[in-house]
Amino acid sequence: MQELIHRAKSLLESGEVSRVLGWKKGENVFDVEPAFFATAEELENFVYNGFCGANLSKYMIEASTWEGKTLVFLKPCDTYSFNQLCKEHRIDREKAYIIGVGCKGKLKAEKLGAENILDVQGAGYPDCSDTLKVTTLYGEQEVAYKDAMLERCHVCKGKEHQVYDELIGESVDTCDADRFAEVAKIEAMSPEEKFAFFQAELSKCIRCNACRNVCPACSCRKCIFDSTKFDSNQKANTTSFEEKMFHIIRAFHVAGRCTDCGECSRVCPQGIPLHLFNRKFIKDINNLYGEYQAGVDIDAKAPLTSFRTDDAEPGVGRG
Amino acid sequence: MQKIGVFVCHCGSNIAATVDVKKVVEMAAKEQGVFHAEDYPYMCSEAGQSRIAAAVKEKGLTGIVVCSCSPRMHEATFRKAAERAGINPYMVEIANIREHCSWIHKDMTEATEKAVILMRAAVAKVHLNAPLMAGESRVTKRALVIGGGIAGIQTAIDIADAGYKVDIVEKTPSIGGRMSQLDKTFPTLDCSACILTPKMVEAASHENITIHTWSEVEKVSGFVGNFTVDIRKKARYVNMDKCTGCGVCQEKCPSKKPLNEFNRGLNTRTAIYTPFAQAIPNVPVIDANSCIKLKTGKCGICEKFCQVGAIDYTQKDEIITEQYGAIVVATGFDTIKLDKYGEYAYNESKDVITSLELERIMNAAGPTKGHLERLSDGKAPKEIVFIQCVGSRCSDDRGKPYCSKICCMYTAKHAMLIRDKYPDTNVTVFYIDVRTPGKNFDEFYRRAVEDYGVHYIKGQVGKVMPQADGSLLVQGVDLLDNKQILKKADMVVLATAIEPNPDVRKIATMLTASIDTNNFLTEAHPKLRPVESPTAGVFLSGVCQGPKDIPETVAQAGAAAVKVIGLLAKDKLKTNPCTAKSDELLCNGCSQCANVCPYGAITYEEKLINDHGIRRTSRVAVVNGALCQGCGACTVTCPSGAMDLQGFSNRQILAEVDAICR
Repeated sequence: MQELIHRAKSLLESGEVSRVLGWKKGENVFDVEPAFFATAEELENFVYNGFCGANLSKYMIEASTWEGKTLVFLKPCDTYSFNQLCKEHRIDREKAYIIGVGCKGKLKAEKLGAENILDVQGAGYPDCSDTLKVTTLYGEQEVAYKDAMLERCHVCKGKEHQVYDELIGESVDTCDADRFAEVAKIEAMSPEEKFAFFQAELSKCIRCNACRNVCPACSCRKCIFDSTKFDSNQKANTTSFEEKMFHIIRAFHVAGRCTDCGECSRVCPQGIPLHLFNRKFIKDINNLYGEYQAGVDIDAKAPLTSFRTDDAEPGVGRG
Repeated sequence: MQKIGVFVCHCGSNIAATVDVKKVVEMAAKEQGVFHAEDYPYMCSEAGQSRIAAAVKEKGLTGIVVCSCSPRMHEATFRKAAERAGINPYMVEIANIREHCSWIHKDMTEATEKAVILMRAAVAKVHLNAPLMAGESRVTKRALVIGGGIAGIQTAIDIADAGYKVDIVEKTPSIGGRMSQLDKTFPTLDCSACILTPKMVEAASHENITIHTWSEVEKVSGFVGNFTVDIRKKARYVNMDKCTGCGVCQEKCPSKKPLNEFNRGLNTRTAIYTPFAQAIPNVPVIDANSCIKLKTGKCGICEKFCQVGAIDYTQKDEIITEQYGAIVVATGFDTIKLDKYGEYAYNESKDVITSLELERIMNAAGPTKGHLERLSDGKAPKEIVFIQCVGSRCSDDRGKPYCSKICCMYTAKHAMLIRDKYPDTNVTVFYIDVRTPGKNFDEFYRRAVEDYGVHYIKGQVGKVMPQADGSLLVQGVDLLDNKQILKKADMVVLATAIEPNPDVRKIATMLTASIDTNNFLTEAHPKLRPVESPTAGVFLSGVCQGPKDIPETVAQAGAAAVKVIGLLAKDKLKTNPCTAKSDELLCNGCSQCANVCPYGAITYEEKLINDHGIRRTSRVAVVNGALCQGCGACTVTCPSGAMDLQGFSNRQILAEVDAICR
């Protein structure tokens, strides 16, 4: 972490970058939040630990409209979102100085709670990737690192950064699960079971909009759920129909552009596995149009917005 | 607030017999904004239209809903009527209560309920309609014909004779198509080449016709009157300007193994070849897959012997881009593959052949120089069995559900020719039905039976079994005598079903022309617009639209030409004002709409945007209204809803949905 701060300070001092986009300390070790740092002094609050799951790519949309370059720290999986936003002309690559930071899998505070590790004060990171040492009010506790990881880290896309200006730190590919196993499980359900599953999950939604606000693909200038031009504007979560439609419309809007960064599920205060919608789309796209990972190649033709005469013509299946 | 008039048509009994039109009128009168509602037996009649005009005048209507047939039938009629009555034609909406309602329902209560709902949806839409103005676009006075068979040649000649430029794109090395492979033609038994070759020469020498052989359509963009087409001119490796067609290269070529496509693979050809003697252009092509020089770098014999230095191994495929006002598809047919018909032993015995193969065997330029002989041992067959409907009129998925239409006649032709030339050869035909609707067709078939002694058996063949002695044992059934038949034959000829050329799918997709489940191109109307595709500016000629014989093909080719001439004779076309429009305040500039636009109508501009007082420079989408065809692909791709289709806005469509769900 000190190396990151040191490098950020020198880039700020040299005038190469006008500001730094990173993570800021919160009240607790796990309350890390994205932040811009304009001066070396402000960087005192900079932090990079196991709880820095937040994907900073989306903040570069706004930073691209500002004077000067912004130093942005990106983990390997964040770089996919960065590329996708470049592809959509939302980020100006020239306005970003990217330091690719090492990542050994990110942690989910709730998972520590589930392991009965409460009142966390500190967590060892990133020295060990097998066992996580956690400092709590009640002393030091240990947990298998992978038991505390975010869901998305179990289906890690790999340790390679897709775009960067320089790299600091080592990354680990933490993939130990089948990315589409959960989707396949839902696909195997009967229509009634599927309906019940989504009904149960989506009825937890409180329409806080956190999933939309954090999603790099959901970065429209004006979201259709906020625009008076559409009847979807500011619909209250009054019926089970509305809450389902919000998530289904959102999934359609990001289909083919979602990099599967998993931010939606990470931030959902209700613990809804929102990434499953997106992953279903990704699975279908892969099956119908060949393997495609959004955010790998800026110049690649996206399967849903390009057309080949031999494209699959899937019918609407029942159930 | 619109003042809307609702006009409900009886369409004689077409609608009124199933829909209670009075009830629809009664319900319409209760809708918000409806100031006038009436019904009339034929709304599309002069009298019906004048009732609309009268109501507009009397009640000061601003919007019109006509509950009638499909907008494809009379939307234009009612738009014109509205225009004459003094309101914008795009203030008219059609509620289709015929095709979508009365024709598909039996129960009057149900149908009436649905008609009321469809009326409500249309009223809800008209509330949000805005006047639109049609623009104009120029017509490029040049036509493209895809396919150089008899259909394509005839269409091209007819268009060219009217004074318009025509290009023919043909993927094989020569024009001529299937007809050039035929030996004789029914019902006159004249030589196919003798009547086709003059047409080929006429096309080739016509000052208005340009022929691109060994070429394929690569990409099509644009719209009626203004198509832009990329044509891939495949490397011929022979300079067309220098070659004299002397043929010495073909005599000397040492690569003699490739199968001869023109003779249906029954013999071989050289690597440098012209498919047949009368080929146009009479310039050979080098088949790069079998040319020794192109494969290994050694050989070069044809180059050595060519007196005029026409051989050029360095040629590359070339893409040319041309502009056209109209496109005619004349891609023709092929016979189906017989892999799924193991019972006929086609793959086991060389003496089981298709009719098109027999056509080549009977032809003087064919693999046997026109002698009827068995391909296995060269002996003259004494017993020939013809099997009809192989893959045609098939109820399972091995074959085609349709009748291939030409087989009954060509089989009668083959049988007659064989009996005439080889009177000691017996000919038996197994058939389901003999279908001979056509001028002089039934007489032709009866001659085969009565004058030439061809033995017709009503019944199908279950199995063809190759025997150890080289003969074929045919097991069939005679339905009229109700008995099993076991017949020894020396040769079996299969009347194989025809199917559209497999390339047609690709071409239809490029043209956004629709095709049916059998890959035949769909007509704009099966009875009234049989040579037009539903896609404006695209026309159909020959078997690509459905099975037909030569006289029908030529007639249809002429009809397609007339439609093309009618289009090219216009200097300008009215454009559709229902085009996409981008809301600059909402546009993200993400380029997804431009990626999906099939017409290249969307570009991007860096624009100074004033967003409720906040100024910013943003990349925004701009639609070229002249290029946009209103397909709506951009509107459904746009995540922020910035793209909207005029006349079919998201709001209008959702208003319709809301009205239906009310």
